[in-house]
Amino acid sequence: MQYIPNIIFIIVLTAGIGYFTKNIRKVIRNIRLGKDIDRTDNKKERFNNMARIAFGQSKMVRRPISGILHVVVYLGFVIINIEVLEIIIDGILGTHRIFSFLGGFYDFLIGSFEILALLVLVSVFIFWIRRNVINIKRFKTLKGWPKNDGNIILYFEVVLMTLFLTMNAADFQLQSLGAEHYAKAGAYPVSQYISPLFNGMSQATLILVERGAWWMHIIGILIFLNYLYFSKHLHILLAFPNTYYGDLNPKGQMDNLEAVTNEVMLMMDPNADPFAAPSDDEAETEPEKFGASDVTDLNWVQLLNSYTCTECGRCTSECPANQTGKKLSPRKIMMDTRDRLQEVGDNIDKNGSFVDDGKQLLNDYITPEELWACTSCNACVEACPVSISPLSIILDMRRYLVMEQSAAPTDLNNMMSNIENNGAPWPFNQMDRLNWSKE
Amino acid sequence: MSEALKVPTMAEYMAEGKRPEVLFWVGCAGSFDDRAKKITKAFVKLLHSSKVDFAVLGTEESCTGDPAKRSGNEFLFQMQAVTNIEVMNAYEIKKVVTACPHCFNTLKNEYPALGGNYEVMHHTQFLKSLLDEGRLTVEGGKFKGKRITFHDPCYLGRANDVYEAPRDLLRKLEVELIEMKRCKRNGLCCGAGGAQMFKEPEPGNKDVNIERTEDALETKPDIIAAGCPFCNTMMTDGVKSKEKEDSIDVMDVAELIANAQDL
Repeated sequence: MQYIPNIIFIIVLTAGIGYFTKNIRKVIRNIRLGKDIDRTDNKKERFNNMARIAFGQSKMVRRPISGILHVVVYLGFVIINIEVLEIIIDGILGTHRIFSFLGGFYDFLIGSFEILALLVLVSVFIFWIRRNVINIKRFKTLKGWPKNDGNIILYFEVVLMTLFLTMNAADFQLQSLGAEHYAKAGAYPVSQYISPLFNGMSQATLILVERGAWWMHIIGILIFLNYLYFSKHLHILLAFPNTYYGDLNPKGQMDNLEAVTNEVMLMMDPNADPFAAPSDDEAETEPEKFGASDVTDLNWVQLLNSYTCTECGRCTSECPANQTGKKLSPRKIMMDTRDRLQEVGDNIDKNGSFVDDGKQLLNDYITPEELWACTSCNACVEACPVSISPLSIILDMRRYLVMEQSAAPTDLNNMMSNIENNGAPWPFNQMDRLNWSKE
Repeated sequence: MSEALKVPTMAEYMAEGKRPEVLFWVGCAGSFDDRAKKITKAFVKLLHSSKVDFAVLGTEESCTGDPAKRSGNEFLFQMQAVTNIEVMNAYEIKKVVTACPHCFNTLKNEYPALGGNYEVMHHTQFLKSLLDEGRLTVEGGKFKGKRITFHDPCYLGRANDVYEAPRDLLRKLEVELIEMKRCKRNGLCCGAGGAQMFKEPEPGNKDVNIERTEDALETKPDIIAAGCPFCNTMMTDGVKSKEKEDSIDVMDVAELIANAQDL
C-alpha cells in the first residue's frame, strides 16, 4: 500500500512526458516537411550564436524593460527546474527533499529558488499589465487566441510559483513543528512570510497542504509542458535550435536559387543543344517549382522559425511598412506560416498523407498586398531575439508570384522589362551609360 | 554645362594593356538619375584628386539585378549577374568600388556563388581607406560646424554591418554629427529598398520616406547626409514635402567631401 503514491506518480509522469513526446514528434515531422537546406557548416560559430543569443539572451535586452523582465523569468524557469528534478526523484523513490544532504548548499539553492520565484511573480505581474492595461501596440494588436495564449502562460506561471511557495511554507511550518519525515532542510526567505497563514493548523492539515501543493505543482508543470505544443510558448525549447541553425551570411545576402542557376547556365552555354531531349530521369521528375506558395515549398529552417516565434511583435514594431499603416506584419507572416503548417500536419494525421484541401499559404493566409509592401530592409530580422527571418519567407513568396504566376505589380513588371531590354530599371539606353561624364 | 570629366573605361585600359587599381561600378542610378549623377561626379573628382587609378565599364555595365532579385525575379537577376560577371572576369577585375549600397551588397554577397569573386567596397569605405593611407585629405571647409545627421542605408548598415566608415568621414569634416533616435542597426528604411523605388506604395496612412524624414528633422539638421542614391531621392522628396528644401540639403558623403574642398 505504501508504494501507491510512487506508482501514481510514475504513471502521471509517464503520461505527461509521453503525450508531450508524441506531440513534439509531430512538430519535428511537420518541420521536416520543409525543403532541405544545409546548415551543418561552421559548427563553432553556430554554437556560439546559440550560447550568446538564446542562452545568453543577448538580443532580448536590447529593449531593456521587457528584456530584463524576461531574463528574470527565464532564469527563474531554468534554475527552479533543478527543484523539479528533486521533485521527480522524490516522487519516484517516495523520499522527501532528497538533495537535502547537500546541507548549506541546499539551503542556498532553496533560498535562491524562493527569491527567484518571487521575482518571477513580480515580473509576470508587470508582463500582464503590459499586455492588458498599458497601451503597447504590439500587444494591443493581438486578438483572440494569440492574446489569450499570452495571458494563459502568465497565469500558469503565477499558479506554479504560488504552489511552489505554498508547498515550501507548509514544509517550513512542519519542520518547525518537528513533524516526522520533515527534517530541517532548506532556507525559506520568502515562504517564511507565508507560513504564519498556517498558524494553528493541525499537523495533519499542514501535511495535506504540503502534499496537495506538491502534487498540484508537479502536475501543473506536466500540464504546462503539454500546453507548449498548442501555444506560442514552444520558444522556450526551440529558441536553442533556431539560433543554432540561423543564417550566418550577411543579412543583405539572399540565396541564389540553384534551380534557376542551372537554367541560366544552360541558356548561356554556347555548346548546349537547344533541341536536346530531356534525359530519362529528368523527364520523369516534375520540374522544380520556383518560390513558395505553400509551407512545403519553404525550407525546414523557415518552418522551424515559425514554431519558434513567440509572437512578441518586435519585428512588426520595427517594420517600416507596418509603421506607416501598410498591411504587412512580419509577425503575422510567421504566425500564418505556423498556422498553415499545423493545418497541413493535422491533415496528414487525419488522412495518413496530405490530401489536397484547396488551400495554401498564399492568398488563404498571406495576401500579395502584404508581400509587396516589404522594403527588404531587414529591420524585422535585426529585431528578432531568436534569429527568425520573416524576410526570407516574403522573398520566397514573391519569387512564386513573379516566376510562377507573373503576378508582379505593373510598375515592377515595367522595371523588370527595362532591365531585360536595356540593362537598367528605367528606360534608358545602355549605350548612354557613360553620358554623365560628358554632361 | 560643366567641363567634361576624364573617366577612363576598362576597354581603354585594356587597349593600352593596363589594369586599373579599382573598377568604379557606377550603377544605374549613378549613370542615369540626374541627382545621383552629381554624386557620381563628386566621387570621380575625389578619385582624381587622390590619384586613384580607376576605370568604369561604361556601356559594358548593366544593372546588377538587385531590384529584380528583391522583386522575386531570380531568373532575371541571375541573367544580369552572369552577364556582368563574364564582363568583369574577362577584364580580370579584382577590386570594385561603388557609390550604391544595393550594387555593393549584390556584387559583394550574391555574385561569388555565381562565379564573381571580387573585393567590393562601398565608396565611403574606399574613401576612408584613402584617408587612412594619406591619399585623401578631408577638411571641414564650408561645412565646418554644420549640424549633419547621417541616414544609414539598409543595404550598407544592417545588411552588411558598415556603420562607421561614413561617420568617420563626416567627423573629419569637423561637422556636428547628430544621430537620429533610430540609427545604425535600428535605422529606419527610407522606403526605397526591395524594389519599392520603382512602384507605388501599398495603401497605408503615411509614406515611409516621410516617417524617416521626420526622424531626421527632429535633429534640426542643416544637412541630411546619405550614402545611397535611392535614400537620397527619398529623403530629398521627404524634405520637399515638409517644405524645408530651402533650409536643409540632402547630400551624399562623397559630395560633402568634394564640395568642402571646392572640387
